[in-house]
Amino acid sequence: MHTIIPLAITFFTSLLIIMGFFIPRAPFSDIQQTMLVWVLIISGFAALLGVDSLLRQHIKKITTRSEGWAYSLVLILTFFIVFGLGVFSGVRYGTAFSLASSFMYAYTYGIIPLQATMFSLLAFFITSAAYRAFKARSIDATFLLVAAALVIIGRVPIGGMLWSKLPVIADWILDWPSMTARRGILLGITLGVIGTSLRIMVGIERSYLR
Amino acid sequence: MSIDRRIIYLLVAIVVTIPLVIKITMPVRVSPPVQLAYDKIDELKPGSVVLLSTDYEAGTMPELYPMTTAVLRHLFSKDIKVLLMSVYALGVPIGAMALDEVAGEYNKEYGTDYVILGFKPGLDVVIVAIGEEIRDAFPTDYAGTPLDALPIMEGIHNYNDISIMIDLCSGSTLDSWVMFAQARFKQRLIAGCTAVMATSFYPYLNAGQIEGLIGGLKGAAEYEKLIGSPGVATSGMPAQSFMHILILVLVIIGNIFYFIERRRKI
Repeated sequence: MHTIIPLAITFFTSLLIIMGFFIPRAPFSDIQQTMLVWVLIISGFAALLGVDSLLRQHIKKITTRSEGWAYSLVLILTFFIVFGLGVFSGVRYGTAFSLASSFMYAYTYGIIPLQATMFSLLAFFITSAAYRAFKARSIDATFLLVAAALVIIGRVPIGGMLWSKLPVIADWILDWPSMTARRGILLGITLGVIGTSLRIMVGIERSYLR
Repeated sequence: MSIDRRIIYLLVAIVVTIPLVIKITMPVRVSPPVQLAYDKIDELKPGSVVLLSTDYEAGTMPELYPMTTAVLRHLFSKDIKVLLMSVYALGVPIGAMALDEVAGEYNKEYGTDYVILGFKPGLDVVIVAIGEEIRDAFPTDYAGTPLDALPIMEGIHNYNDISIMIDLCSGSTLDSWVMFAQARFKQRLIAGCTAVMATSFYPYLNAGQIEGLIGGLKGAAEYEKLIGSPGVATSGMPAQSFMHILILVLVIIGNIFYFIERRRKI
């Protein structure tokens, strides 16, 4: 019984949600919407659990003086400072996202530059990785290399300055060979998702019950 | 045979910095997907309503923020009303910053010409809820003012009242907009995304599920050219161009070294 009831709930709820897609009229659309809201509520609790787990793990690292404990200390302090600024700004300005709030000050002059820095570092790593890994080791790799080189140069203004046909060739590669492959990948992924979902729905895949 | 990675890093720094310091200009060719996006917005009548979702955070701001300001300039120059939202909590302040920068240039007023709906978690839920009644998803604006108290929201209830939805995204949020807003509610969509994501969205463009696509900083520069207002994206083009040339040169050098070593082994 302890297996049949969860399987039955899974089957009927997933059936109702799927019906909402194929019959987008009341009551199915309303039921689907209600269930999506339930998912949202459950996700909210999952986020709380995530915060709890994150804090516990880093507090443990600090108390045991594990390797890199100082970074954990920075994380904990930053978490509470930003959280405090968010609450304070919410109370003071009605929303934490008011451009005059202290939360937005921390966001504009702290979070934005830090995230932009992290993202910018990718340019260095990508260049180094392209130099090391992009080799014409086989016929397939050579095709990939030539196509990538044409797109790399054809997608920037200097490509058109060097040869007016380069942007056209780059667009053609993106429009046809690249999109064909992308469609194939998308179809494969989607069929895989449908297959796995059906397995869960009819109770063949039961790992979530453990 | 190999080049020390520190030399590569130094070259990257030089190649990116110098074109930004020395103001070099480069002609920008407008690609068909960006032209489509521009045309679809340009066809809108004054007073039309556009839903703009800034679904990105600070990490991708260098690519997507110039796109946001360029699109907003186009919308406001056409007297189109803007409803701004985000499915990322920290996407709202970015949108607010862009509106703060652009709205003043066109004497647009908050609550009359544009509104910031704010952030709501639960991407799919929010998209479906807007299809029923926008007030179900956003009862108030981001500052807590009831939507019914804002003149701009008069007569706006769901996708039927929104001419075009524009998703400026750094991730896969467009999938959900296509899946729910376009497929279910027949909402017209235009997308703007990072260059790396653009190839993922070409199938949607080709299938007509999105009506235009602005990809990366290059797409933003093309849009700036179309609206006749060159900005940050246009000035970033030389740096991006030289950076791509550097990558290409390094790949060629890497392959020359690879073939020399392979011949030695034989």
